[in-house]
Amino acid sequence: MSEDGGALGARLREGDVSAAPAALNLLESTADEDRRQSAALLKELSPTALEGEATGHVIGVTGPPGAGKSTLLSALLRAWRADGQTVAMLAVDPSSRRSGGSLLGDRARIEFDPSDRDIFIRSTSAGERLGGLAWATRAAAHALAAAFDIVVIETVGVGQAETEVADVADTVVVVVQPGSGDVLQFLKSGIMEIPDVLVITKADLGAIAMRAKRDVGAALRALGSSSTRVLAVSSLSPPQGVEELIAALREHRAGADLDARRLRARRANALSDYTHEHGEHGLRALGGRPAAERLLAEQDPSLDTAALVATLERRAGER
Amino acid sequence: MSGDQSPRLPEGDRPWMMRTYAGHSTAKASNELYRRNLQKGQTGLSVAFDLPTQTGYDPDDELARGEVGKVGVPISHRGDMAALMDGIPLGEMNTSMTINATAAWLLALYIVAAEEQDVAQEQLQGTTQNDIIKEFLARGTYAFPPAASMRLIADMIAYTVEHVPKWNPINICSYHLQEAGATPVQEIAYAMSNAIAVLDGARARVAETHDGANGAGASEAQKLMEQVFGRISFFVNAGVRFVEEHAKLRAMSILWEELGRERYGVQDERHLRFRYGVQVNSLGLTEAQPENNVQRIVLEALAVTLGRDARARAIQLPAWNEALGLPRPWDQQWSLRIQQVLAYETDILEYPDIFEGSIVMDGLVAELLEGARAEMAVVAEHGGAVEAVAYMKGALVDSHRERIRRIESGEQVVVGQNRFTESEDSPLTADAEGGILVVDPAIEAEQIDDVRRWRAERDQGAVDAALARLAELARAEDGKENLMVATIAAARAGATTGEWARTLREVFGSYRAPTGVGEAAAAPADADLSELREEVSRLQQKLGRRPKILVGKPGLDGHSNGAEQIAVRARDAGMDVVYEGIRLTPAQIAASALQEGVHVIGLSILSGSHRELIPTVIEALREAGVSAPVVVGGIIPEQDVAALREAGVAAVYTPKDFDITRIMRDIVELVGAGSPVPVAATGASATGSA
Repeated sequence: MSEDGGALGARLREGDVSAAPAALNLLESTADEDRRQSAALLKELSPTALEGEATGHVIGVTGPPGAGKSTLLSALLRAWRADGQTVAMLAVDPSSRRSGGSLLGDRARIEFDPSDRDIFIRSTSAGERLGGLAWATRAAAHALAAAFDIVVIETVGVGQAETEVADVADTVVVVVQPGSGDVLQFLKSGIMEIPDVLVITKADLGAIAMRAKRDVGAALRALGSSSTRVLAVSSLSPPQGVEELIAALREHRAGADLDARRLRARRANALSDYTHEHGEHGLRALGGRPAAERLLAEQDPSLDTAALVATLERRAGER
Repeated sequence: MSGDQSPRLPEGDRPWMMRTYAGHSTAKASNELYRRNLQKGQTGLSVAFDLPTQTGYDPDDELARGEVGKVGVPISHRGDMAALMDGIPLGEMNTSMTINATAAWLLALYIVAAEEQDVAQEQLQGTTQNDIIKEFLARGTYAFPPAASMRLIADMIAYTVEHVPKWNPINICSYHLQEAGATPVQEIAYAMSNAIAVLDGARARVAETHDGANGAGASEAQKLMEQVFGRISFFVNAGVRFVEEHAKLRAMSILWEELGRERYGVQDERHLRFRYGVQVNSLGLTEAQPENNVQRIVLEALAVTLGRDARARAIQLPAWNEALGLPRPWDQQWSLRIQQVLAYETDILEYPDIFEGSIVMDGLVAELLEGARAEMAVVAEHGGAVEAVAYMKGALVDSHRERIRRIESGEQVVVGQNRFTESEDSPLTADAEGGILVVDPAIEAEQIDDVRRWRAERDQGAVDAALARLAELARAEDGKENLMVATIAAARAGATTGEWARTLREVFGSYRAPTGVGEAAAAPADADLSELREEVSRLQQKLGRRPKILVGKPGLDGHSNGAEQIAVRARDAGMDVVYEGIRLTPAQIAASALQEGVHVIGLSILSGSHRELIPTVIEALREAGVSAPVVVGGIIPEQDVAALREAGVAAVYTPKDFDITRIMRDIVELVGAGSPVPVAATGASATGSA
């Protein structure tokens, strides 16, 4: 027995955050009927149904293990809630799938008031899908952005992780701790894409944190990036820099062309979903990746990801 | 020993100090128990505190629910401590307190109780356990973050070495590491690494207070440091493989002396002696045929008494029925009598060290030393014991998993549990309560009234001032103020355990220790699991999602080994596991289950608070609209199982269910039998179409 996807989608559209758990149960399911209901759910949240883009701010937060992401997120959560914002958090666990199972431990590391119904935290595993966030995570971020003020996608890693997050998030935050030289190397070598906001944690360490901040700032300038904000934050009591970080996130979103970014994300996700389903063979059927990208660029900007995938599938069938 | 001498000591040794780890219900009831135990020939006290006291909460705190007076005595203020020690002359008694995060506070209460008996603090003898690293690793009753916790320990050491000179301010515990699955090598290495972290902190503290840069200050500081080293004692474990266990203790005494000489420049032989107390192994005690535990305990006691060169200074033995529930006074008396028979009837105290010159013993010791030194080097590479907590925790979870695997496969024989299981009915567990102590649930309400009355009747202004002073000193930028004096002042003024801890939590912040399950290695290719994985995979097809389980511990009980093993095994079986760790409130569990969309919930409790806590958790789950089945594991007496089932628990597992793979199979079956997609939303407006 599946939930009625359409009804759940409508509840999310109306800002009913209590629909989130059941919506995620559907979106994560691969059962046929659940997939149909998922499609119905997402249809209720398409740009057409929403009459524009979802209003929530989707923020990707990534960084190496031990950088202090959980502590930072706990501090952000407190500040957002104090400000009356509703927050959804998708914690993606990268653990390997040798047995197929995974341990999702992040939830325990984030402090929040369990009786607060305007906070929603869901742990998900990165899934079997290599080289990308699980389909369910991307769909979930999209769906939750219709109901919540803030949607955080937390991933672990440095390198590929923030590229994947960039396909979903309005703002990408990379979190590093002082003295992590590999981040500098990744930036310089181009392994890592330039984030929108770079946070140096453990600012309470003083001089070391300040030096890290200077080094990262210099590296970014050398790469010609003037738009990336670099901030030093201490989540320890008394917290420093959390308010500044929240302001920087807000400013980034206000300054970014959100419509263009979301549209680009939908098209990238559609191609990624299509390739996942039909493989290289499917890409060839469209005349190769550049041809597929051109085709997507010609489509109506209000089409959602599912509709774009359907367009690609139709075209492949015609050729 | 040359050949022409008598193989005997000219005069037999005095027996070790004999204690029983005891305390329950109320200060008054525990005081009566202590006095009776002393009459029976016990020579020291070992105070068991309840979990709210250990973690810094008053009986009326939300988190204390179901835990008050359960695994020990609740001590909320100096009035409780006075009642606990009533009629016991503190100037003569040697008291060991199993207290860690709140050790500074309980020592302060003890000092104030002594004042009220006109006994000066200089005369007090005893031990505060005070080993916070092993709380992060194994026992879970921490309260503050690592740095602040280590500072409190250093403060206590610096204070006692000058003002309570006969007190052992800290017991470095390897005991709980073995309970968490440590091998002998890990037990030695992690305990010694832990000692280094504590001693380095104390050295810095002592140097600060004595301007120890150079000249007179420096030599004074070094002198004090020698005394500090001499006051550090250990609290160890001994398992049933008692020959190797004895070798372990000899290895520890060698490493300790080496550490003193080389790292801390200690020269005085007396200060270099490895002193330890012991509680023998509880992990190996079985619920099946529990009478067999008596001989296990006897053999384990031999590990710490046989060889004179590494003999325990103080011994407390567990009771035969610990895997069943809380022991009664009679059960504890039986264990005291074991000690007395060993000391007074056998001849072990009449000889010099009987292993001197033994090639086998020396070989074992050398092997353990080599392994321990290598493992200590790994911890040092991580930056020391505090920084290596996550590494050590992961290693312990791995070792424990290996131990369970050996027992499941029958490689390691546990008599009565995985071999020789045919048994007659035991008359020992035939009574109505199943041969254990049941704490009256009315105690909690009484204690709540008591602490409220105490707060109402004291001089509130004095308490507020004392706590404000404590906060101010704790907050001071340089962190150099010793917090003991302000803590003793707050105890004298009448502050409560919860208030003292809350004051410091507000300054230091709270903390969650690493769970170790994330660090645990993936399962080795294992044929036993492949069948289960297939079942999980079939279940996934049926559910549409990978089966997802929430594992956590409600209440204050921090013994997370069992829950960790369930979490790791569930992952290895192919499930998605949300592991939430310890000290969860019913509201937290309900919120997690709802938000995570789990198919099943596994709860673990060992503190005896299941009768109060589990129904509350289930109520919270159902209120949140979660219909997923709940299974419970832990030390659950047989006679409580029916009540739990009635409250809505789908299955109950106790220590006799040692085969975790079988438990997993049950859980998979349970989820498979339920509704295909659990409805997990409150007020879901639609019921679906398929």
